[in-house]
This record gives sequence, structure tokens and C-alpha cells, in this order.
Amino acid sequence: MARSLKKGPYVETKILSRIEKLNESGEHKVVKTWSRRSTIIPEFVGHTIAVHNGHKFIPIFVTENMIGHKLGEFAPSKMFRGHGGKKAKQIVRKK
Amino acid sequence: MARLAGIDLPKNKRIDVALTYLYGIGWTRSRFILAHTGIDPAMHVEELADEEIAKLRQFIDENYKVEGALRSEVTNNIKRLIDIKCYRGMRHRSGLPVRGQRTRDNARTRKGPRPRIGGKKK
Repeated sequence: MARSLKKGPYVETKILSRIEKLNESGEHKVVKTWSRRSTIIPEFVGHTIAVHNGHKFIPIFVTENMIGHKLGEFAPSKMFRGHGGKKAKQIVRKK
Repeated sequence: MARLAGIDLPKNKRIDVALTYLYGIGWTRSRFILAHTGIDPAMHVEELADEEIAKLRQFIDENYKVEGALRSEVTNNIKRLIDIKCYRGMRHRSGLPVRGQRTRDNARTRKGPRPRIGGKKK
């Protein structure tokens, strides 16, 4: 079910305050966050946000098109290495 | 011959059915359009007067996106998802279900026919 419009988009307060500070000073620093559930709002555009994927932080450069999506959508938490077979095994070993 | 939005309507069908031959118009919209233009849904396409067809054409042009325009909107939406590299975009790119369905079994609509292993080759 969609979120009630009355409440507005959900954004972790910590990210919001960090971004607001950056916007005031005009700086562009990477903001680390674990909050994959936060919505991307217009204020984020142009910033780089490092979103945790359960393993490490994935830096994401926010563009206008991403508004309305959640941060987590851009930091995949699962990696598909392919199904078995000779070829797949070789690739895994190289890595 | 009745042409709407670049599509020939089948001559010998009822107009309410014939309208659903347009991409973007289904049963519900078809009946809504006919109710609004005041055309009897039981009429067959060949019985329609030219003015009635013009009326339908105008109503559809003004209110709905159909055929090519609608198709390109859909592909653009998908392209946007792929361009921003979000989860849904990646699923579209790899041809897997986009809305969280299981892929352990089934999902054949998105995945296509099963690859045959040890089956007939050529």
C-alpha cells in the first residue's frame, strides 16, 4: 500500500540535516548512510550519497530522475554470480 | 472504412468491441467513450455514420493517449528506470520479474522458454 500523502515522503532526519548543511555551505561531500528506506527528495540532487548494501557503502550520485525513489534501490544487496558450469567457475576463481 | 488513430476498425464487429482493437482502450474505456459521445454500443462499425466516427476520433484525441504515443511512453518509462540504474531498471535489463515475484519456479513470462539441457539439439 502506498504511503499516506498527508505524511509526506520519509527521509531519515540525519541525512536531511547533513544535506541541508551541505546545501547551505555549498559543499559537496559524500554522505554515508545506512538508511536505504529514505526517499530521494529534490534537495539531494547533485550530492553523492554512500548507501550501505549490508557489506559496504555504494556511492550514488543523485540525479533529477531519481527523485521519488528510495536510496536502497540504487545499492543492490544481492549479487548474482551466475549458475554453475565451467565458464562460471573460471570467472569466480579469477575474482 | 473506419480508421481511428491509424488503425482500421473491424467492419462487422459491434463498436464497443471494435474500439478495444486500439492499444490503450479496453472494455471499460470503450464503453465510457460511447456513453459520452452518445453512440449506441450495439451498432456495428459499418453502420456508423461519418460524423459519428469523427466524433469518436475527436473524443479519443482529446482525452486519451493511444497507440504509438502510449507505446513510446511505456518504453520511455522503462528506459528511465534502466538509465538511473535502480533495482527495477536492472530487473528490466536482465529480463527477470520486476515486482518481487519468485524466480525459483515459474516466472516464465519474463524469462521466456526454458533452456533445454541434454534435450534435442537441432
